[in-house]
Amino acid sequence: MSVELKQYQAPVWNEPVILDMGYPGRRGVLFAAVEPEIRQHVGDASDLIPFAMRRQDRPALPELSEPEVLYHYLRLSQQTLGMMGISLFGTCTMKYNPQINEAMAWRPEITELHPLQHEDTMQGALEIVHNMDLMLRELSGMDQFVFQAGGGSEAAFTNCAVTRAYHASKGELEQRDEVIVTIQTHPCNPATAAAAGFKVITLMLDESGYPSLDALKAVVSNRTAAIMVNNPDDMGVYNPDMKEWVRIVHEAGGLAFYDAANFNGTMSKLRAREIGFDACMFMLHKTFGAPKSGVGGPATGAYGVSSELAPFLPSPLVVRDGDRYRLDADRPQSVGKIREFLGNVQVVLKAYAWTRSMGAEGIAQASDISVLSNNYMEKGLLAIRGVTRSHPEATTPRMEMTRYSFQQMKEETGVDIHDVQNRMSDFGIDPLWASHEPWLLPEPFTPEAGEMYGKEALDRWIAVIARISDEAYSDPELVKTSPHNQAVHRLKPGMIDDPSSRSMTWRAFKRKMAATG
Amino acid sequence: MGEAAARATGLDVTVIHHADQEQTSATDTASAAATMADRGVSLILFVGGDGTARDVLSATSDRVPLLGVPAGVKMHSAVFGTTPANAGHLAALFLARHPSARLRDAEVMDLDEDAIRAGRVSAHLHGHARSPYERRLVQNAKAGSVPGETESLDAVARQVAAQMRPDHLYILGPGTTTRRVADALGIPSTLLGVDAVLNGESIGLDLDEQALLRAMEGRETEIIVGVLGGQGSLFGRGNQQISAEVIRRVGRHRIQVISTVQKLIALSTGALQVDTGDPEMDAMLAGHLPVLTGPGRTTLVRVQA
Amino acid sequence: MRDVSAHPYMANSVPAIQQEMLDSIGVATVEELFVQIPEDHRLSRPLHLPPALSERELRRHLLDILSKNSTTEDNLSFLGAGIWQHHVPAAVDEIVRRNEWLTSIYGEPSSDHGLYQAWFEFCSQLGELLNLDLVGMPVRSWGTAAGHALRMAARLTGRNEVAVVRAIDPERLSIIRNYCEPPEMANHIAIRLVDYDPATGLIDLDDLRAALGQQTAAVYFEVPCYLGVIEHQAAEIAAIARVAGAQTIVGVDPISLGVLSAPSAYGADIVVGTIQPLGIHLHAGGGVGGFIATRDEPRYAAEYPTLFINIAETIKPGEYGFGRALLEQSSYDQRENGKDWIGHSVYMWAVAATAYMATMGPQGFVEIGEIILQRAHHAASRLGDLEGVRISFPSGFFKEFVVNFDDTKKSVSEINDALRAEGIFGGHDLSSDFPELGQSALYCVTEVHTHADIERLVGAVQKVIAR
Repeated sequence: MSVELKQYQAPVWNEPVILDMGYPGRRGVLFAAVEPEIRQHVGDASDLIPFAMRRQDRPALPELSEPEVLYHYLRLSQQTLGMMGISLFGTCTMKYNPQINEAMAWRPEITELHPLQHEDTMQGALEIVHNMDLMLRELSGMDQFVFQAGGGSEAAFTNCAVTRAYHASKGELEQRDEVIVTIQTHPCNPATAAAAGFKVITLMLDESGYPSLDALKAVVSNRTAAIMVNNPDDMGVYNPDMKEWVRIVHEAGGLAFYDAANFNGTMSKLRAREIGFDACMFMLHKTFGAPKSGVGGPATGAYGVSSELAPFLPSPLVVRDGDRYRLDADRPQSVGKIREFLGNVQVVLKAYAWTRSMGAEGIAQASDISVLSNNYMEKGLLAIRGVTRSHPEATTPRMEMTRYSFQQMKEETGVDIHDVQNRMSDFGIDPLWASHEPWLLPEPFTPEAGEMYGKEALDRWIAVIARISDEAYSDPELVKTSPHNQAVHRLKPGMIDDPSSRSMTWRAFKRKMAATG
Repeated sequence: MGEAAARATGLDVTVIHHADQEQTSATDTASAAATMADRGVSLILFVGGDGTARDVLSATSDRVPLLGVPAGVKMHSAVFGTTPANAGHLAALFLARHPSARLRDAEVMDLDEDAIRAGRVSAHLHGHARSPYERRLVQNAKAGSVPGETESLDAVARQVAAQMRPDHLYILGPGTTTRRVADALGIPSTLLGVDAVLNGESIGLDLDEQALLRAMEGRETEIIVGVLGGQGSLFGRGNQQISAEVIRRVGRHRIQVISTVQKLIALSTGALQVDTGDPEMDAMLAGHLPVLTGPGRTTLVRVQA
Repeated sequence: MRDVSAHPYMANSVPAIQQEMLDSIGVATVEELFVQIPEDHRLSRPLHLPPALSERELRRHLLDILSKNSTTEDNLSFLGAGIWQHHVPAAVDEIVRRNEWLTSIYGEPSSDHGLYQAWFEFCSQLGELLNLDLVGMPVRSWGTAAGHALRMAARLTGRNEVAVVRAIDPERLSIIRNYCEPPEMANHIAIRLVDYDPATGLIDLDDLRAALGQQTAAVYFEVPCYLGVIEHQAAEIAAIARVAGAQTIVGVDPISLGVLSAPSAYGADIVVGTIQPLGIHLHAGGGVGGFIATRDEPRYAAEYPTLFINIAETIKPGEYGFGRALLEQSSYDQRENGKDWIGHSVYMWAVAATAYMATMGPQGFVEIGEIILQRAHHAASRLGDLEGVRISFPSGFFKEFVVNFDDTKKSVSEINDALRAEGIFGGHDLSSDFPELGQSALYCVTEVHTHADIERLVGAVQKVIAR
């Protein structure tokens, strides 16, 4: 596996902040003046506004022609490495976002559809939502999905709202005020549980890489509202006791929620409902091929439940009556709205398209490839000086991700994981993902190969890590001052922390710079 | 004292103390540390173990941040880097005023000579030093100005204080974590001693085992403790006053432990340590124990003897 | 190894490559890599999914389904009520669809410099419209922004009740209720609904004063309100809230801010709202997005659940980059001790909105505001002239207004059915959410509606009610 690394240089445009561009009087878009009939009829616009509410100043926006705006942002897009290199951003399941899906989702049949239109005029959109629901039911064993949540975290919040409604319906909500998570559950789970008003109990891991059954038993009680867990976790460790976990929680009257964040390694291999879970969540913008938009969305957390929990789901649900689809909002036990309207229907369409292009066979193969590729990478990575693997006692092959540590290298060279991230981008490779908080392992990193990239790309990624390790041991300053071939250099530490200099808008920046001279 | 070694590495050296004898002693350590503190150094980086940490802290009275380069294993004090290299790295970050190097209160533990004579290795809580640690975050060039940990500890302390039941006796263990509970109540407390609280009032400061047992008589009692030292001690090192007998009478389910999640994650064995000197009590304490890590937030941690 | 063709999305779906990798690992089959999963966790039967489609088949299949939609472009639409038809410049669509940032995940400030700068420019330009220095990255919708803002106010004041205007989008109110937690929860935030004057649609100030007290963390109202009215008592409401020690939270539609006062001018402490009108299509409801903004004071900054993008010097003197400030107070860092929670939002719409704001410029916002006001008032006036049709709040609205059909003896539903047959989507039916308004509909008129469109609507409505 000898890989010759390519020379790389990011575009350096030195693009000013747009508020510092332009010339007074330039226009980027014009609007036709209102017709004379209207003007004669209603008079001046300013007279139509209550005096107290008229704006006195002009917003200090830039004044630019259309091409100036267009090319400014195209230059910025070029200064975004994103997926152009190789992005093995673990826990996020980097995946190809097929162009056909984008092309279809940007057709006016979707972009110009208003969510409050009569059902008869949006049968196509409802059909896609319903059919995606059916496919996710098949993949999970659940009985009903809803797509209102605009991401995984919002789906976790949906789960907390449904959990509240379920226990409230039994008159037990006040008593059942505890949600149990593990330290390896994604932060959105304990965070949404806390925001929903629950107390949060966190289980730590033992040597096997997952919390012991004894730990779970020590905290489950008649105060337990739910557990919220992922499996496998972000280290690629699968908790084999999960059926027993769910049984114990059910016996105590609690609900079990499965965060299928790491579904790429298990899709077609297991179904959450068969393990016993009452509810689960899929992220359509990761596992199902819809784009992440710089981890910003619009995204979709598809939330599915057993028939017992279905009455509590947000409204409306898309249901099929014969060959017609309709919105069912007459659901008295529903938690109502988590977010306006039906969710990001265009994202559901992209995920639907991805699932239809993969089929059952393709999905099974994607899961095989992602686990195979991860284990293939592990061999190459562990051969690199300064790299170790989490939970060395757990020797069975990891699933679609493995958690590594550069702690040894840091101790020996002073080069830390942030330095490695920065240096990677000098080779045109997207910086690695370290770990969600908290860092159980020091200087962590978590590549996830996924099914998109070829073996050559994985080899190149490994070769870059190997090169950076060599550099750390031979010329640590080179790594610590990286990047050298990027659009800009690394930020100076500290400036972000001081309220007197930290500026989240251009106007704040100008004011603070003027104040400090 | 160290002059030759420092010069040999090419450092620019200012000599502030000459040892009288070939073999330096604790007096030399204390004298050198005091001089450094007087001269306004930014950090005292020392090589040694718990005894050295104690001597340096005594001489400087917490005027200067301390950081220990561990020379040996199993230090009880929390002022040491995890390895010599890490200590050096941390010192460099701190001196460069890097925002990820921050200061916190760290326990300085003193070897328990009585226990050693009895064939056990144990330690007392000697005091607290300001000591740098490295706060690592997912983001580069970013350390954070919001003291999230302090905020969480204060919030949990307020909750513990608010939930104290009438006519229950509360035993507050030593350390800065439990002091926050006393602060939340607005009552005096001792940093190194064990205090007792009843109906929101302090009814005893710096109590020993016997005083605690007397205060407990006829009262439902609860224990509130923090996690002490670099090895994660729960009972037996630094809070020996809360003896096996005291814990036995209180009962395991009436022990409230407060800590930050970061401190729990840093536990080298993944478990809290108990060493009460009573194997039966240690066995009773072993197992999983809930630790309060925020208001309404609990982390379940293993306890081992 | 499966004996099938390689899949176009998976470079390693070639059996020979998989064999190479298996050989390298030293296992015989992929199955051996799944040993962690116990046998009794495994799927009980093969998956039954529809057969895989080639790209051509998929396109045909989706076109068949999508042709069943009939859109606001195929029809003349007057629907608003939380998501509105505005013109989206083609350049904005080109920018937002770029693969570089559409498909990416955030890298380091240096490697994704362009995306970070675009995000910073979104916050900065919105800050100019709002005249506020602190703007967070977008949240998922106006409703979620309002929910977060109310929780921020509860934390800031240590109080547990909020006063919310009753003339509010029922969807938004439902979200707010979920954010404020049910009464069983220890940190429940009680919601007091403040009535509106049935004659004007403006907040009933007596009811507001009666609702406020030492328990009130915040007053939440909107400009314009859900029923379209520009709440011109805004400064007075903010003053009443301040006397009670409560935060004033105002929800706004930013496309109005070329002509309407920024809420900071009349005393808003926290401003929330939608970003959808700023260059984002309807997307069947997937175009929504929200924002939170305040004065740049540490006590406010410390309560945001959003990401912040800050400008900062790099290690090269004079060069600037962009980072993520205050990440350490978010749930990414603090888990359950973070400020509410954070996750996927609508940051791609921030890119659309920044391009839109730059395209519009100050004059664009002034003009579009004026054009909307004139067209909307013209439409309202023309409809109000029809026999049996009444405009409930006939003056002081922005782009939406309530049309009452009680005297036509026809329901909104009947009228809208008949209009739909004419290729017109009538206003959103308010009769079940606001029964006190009778058979009323919320009509939305924007810059996209011409004089001819309005005449077509008026003619069609006249025909329908004459039947």
